[in-house]
Amino acid sequence: MSQNILVVAEVRGGAVKRPSLEAVAAATRLAARNGGKVIALAVGADLDAACATLATSGAHQVVAAESAALAKFSGDGNARVVAEQARAHGCGAVLMAHTAMGKDLLPRVAALLDTGLVSDVVDVDFANGAYTARKPVFAGKAFVQVRAARSPFVATLRPNNFEPVTGAAAPVSKVAAQAGDLMSVVKEIIAAASDKVPLQEAKVVVAGGRGLKEPQHFKLIEDLAAAFGPGVAAVGASRAVVDAGWRPHGEQVGQTGKVVAPPLYFAIGISGAIQHLAGMRTARTIVAINKDPEAPIFKVADFGIVGDAFEVVPALTEAIRQAMAAR
Amino acid sequence: MRPSCHNPQDPMDIVVCVKRVPTSDTAVKIAADGKSFDPAGVQYELNAYDEFAIEQALQIKEKLGAGSVTVVTLGPKDAQKELRDALARGADKAVLLVTDKWVFDSWSAATVLANWIKTVPCQLVLCGRQAIDADNNQLPPRLAAMLGFGCVTEVGKLELADGVFTAERDIEGAREVVTCRTPAVISCQKGLNAPRFANLKGIMAAKKKPLDEVQAAMPEAAMVIESMSLPPARAAGRIVGNGADAVPALIAALRNEAKVL
Ligand SMILES: Cc1cc2nc3c(=O)[nH]c(=O)nc-3n(C[C@H](O)[C@H](O)[C@H](O)COP(=O)(O)OP(=O)(O)OC[C@H]3O[C@@H](n4cnc5c(N)ncnc54)[C@H](O)[C@@H]3O)c2cc1C
Ligand SMILES: Nc1ncnc2c1ncn2[C@@H]1O[C@H](COP(=O)(O)O)[C@@H](O)[C@H]1O
Repeated sequence: MSQNILVVAEVRGGAVKRPSLEAVAAATRLAARNGGKVIALAVGADLDAACATLATSGAHQVVAAESAALAKFSGDGNARVVAEQARAHGCGAVLMAHTAMGKDLLPRVAALLDTGLVSDVVDVDFANGAYTARKPVFAGKAFVQVRAARSPFVATLRPNNFEPVTGAAAPVSKVAAQAGDLMSVVKEIIAAASDKVPLQEAKVVVAGGRGLKEPQHFKLIEDLAAAFGPGVAAVGASRAVVDAGWRPHGEQVGQTGKVVAPPLYFAIGISGAIQHLAGMRTARTIVAINKDPEAPIFKVADFGIVGDAFEVVPALTEAIRQAMAAR
Repeated sequence: MRPSCHNPQDPMDIVVCVKRVPTSDTAVKIAADGKSFDPAGVQYELNAYDEFAIEQALQIKEKLGAGSVTVVTLGPKDAQKELRDALARGADKAVLLVTDKWVFDSWSAATVLANWIKTVPCQLVLCGRQAIDADNNQLPPRLAAMLGFGCVTEVGKLELADGVFTAERDIEGAREVVTCRTPAVISCQKGLNAPRFANLKGIMAAKKKPLDEVQAAMPEAAMVIESMSLPPARAAGRIVGNGADAVPALIAALRNEAKVL
């Protein structure tokens, strides 16, 4: 078995998503250790722009597996094509980003290749002839180091964890993909309001909890997020307020919500239950605002203000606005 | 071989896969072997996402007015408790594929579960999106590939018409609408439904429902745990002050120490 590494690119609207470029970068590090070649694979239709991006992403070779039937993603159809390409290139590893698409697609590929998969990987290595990887378990309360006992090694990599690289222009080849009889197909993608930053991609997350007392008081949270300027901050929420119907499910941070790791996280009127901490404890800087000095959130916060959110947050919003204007 | 499609007029036989996991408030400690969590004092519960899968199965059966709901788990004998709870909520049958060790490796778990599912009538498999112990987030699409079923993952809204599912799921910054033919595997996200609790009548009825136990033949793991560790503790932070007066001190800390402004 050769040591070639297949990296499956996520192409949306003709463009390669950044986490895919991060996965190619991680693959080049592995290839440097075991002498393999990195093959970036794009599947679908109208792949020229995506292939041009992939060609300079550090990959040694780019393959476009073209199929009009797969212009829109199909879990079963795409999986067949990826598994087929992994076999055709004798790949010892198949990687993709741990995104909604990666989580849907790569386990199917692993099953077709009758092998293991390690998900949400934060570190990956090749040593003594075997692939190893590190992944969080229990929502990040612990980590496991695993060794692949079956081949190929299949893994989804956590976004925002590996830095993309650039490389010399790699050759691009095209093959006709056999989509087969499709069981599931994406019909439509309903974009969120364009001024909204996805929670997991936001540089700043401003999260509110039950301490805000009423759903309409989330205006304070939204205003603070807006003070950072357009496209910077996203609103998050504790489960207590999501379950109460104050905020949508998509905003929940925690063990049964989203895990976020932004450079800056505000927890406002959030007590800091262990399930909430699981979703934000790897944020680089955590700020807590809570009127209870004993609230557990202060144990993980870098900076805390003990006080009433209704007084502190408007003052903070104004100060952030001025700080941003002064830049 | 192409699996047969579900005819809209037919009842649906539904399998719900559930896992018994440490409660979400467990403070994880590492066991002496350095490769697993210390089970001392750990309480267990039904994986939170699997509650949505059970509820969805019951709602589909109620809507079609026919069919069956079978819950299955690969886990320890103690998982009887979670299976009885599922029966009390309204499932018809439960099957416990017994294994003593903590189930981490999805390849082996899927192998055992798919082999079992192939032995029963089934046009729909419902799962949670993720088991909150191993956080693998991969068993449902694996099962789909092994069974030759269609699959939609992390579903927040689900409709069935003419034997075809229309599912909605959140992706990064957007919502995706996916159609999926039956037979299918659907993994359930929070928000899909509001799970019911068992009532007294259900608890009594559950005592008479079948709960079969079968020893599972677990293959060697494809992903072997070499070590388990705790993340580094966060360095202690500090309270910068009280009330709105503390805002300038916070801004200064964010600018000069954290360098995030
Ligand atoms: C299986 C399971 C999964 C869970 N998953 C999650 C999850 O993913 N995410 C999550 O968040 N939770 C989760 N939880 C719930 C978690 O245990 C807590 O119940 C929840 O996080 C509490 O939300 P909260 O902090 O908003 O509310 P509370 O705990 O009620 O805290 C409110 C805080 O606001 C403060 N406060 C009150 N008034 C003011 C004021 N005027 N100004 C400033 N501060 C004020 C109070 O001092 C208090 O600390 C889960 C629970 C279970 C059982
Ligand atoms: N040991 C198991 N037995 C039965 N079902 C399981 C088991 N492990 C996972 N599942 C199902 O698969 C879903 C996703 O789990 P996972 O891929 O392990 O994160 C869970 O929510 C369950 O529905």
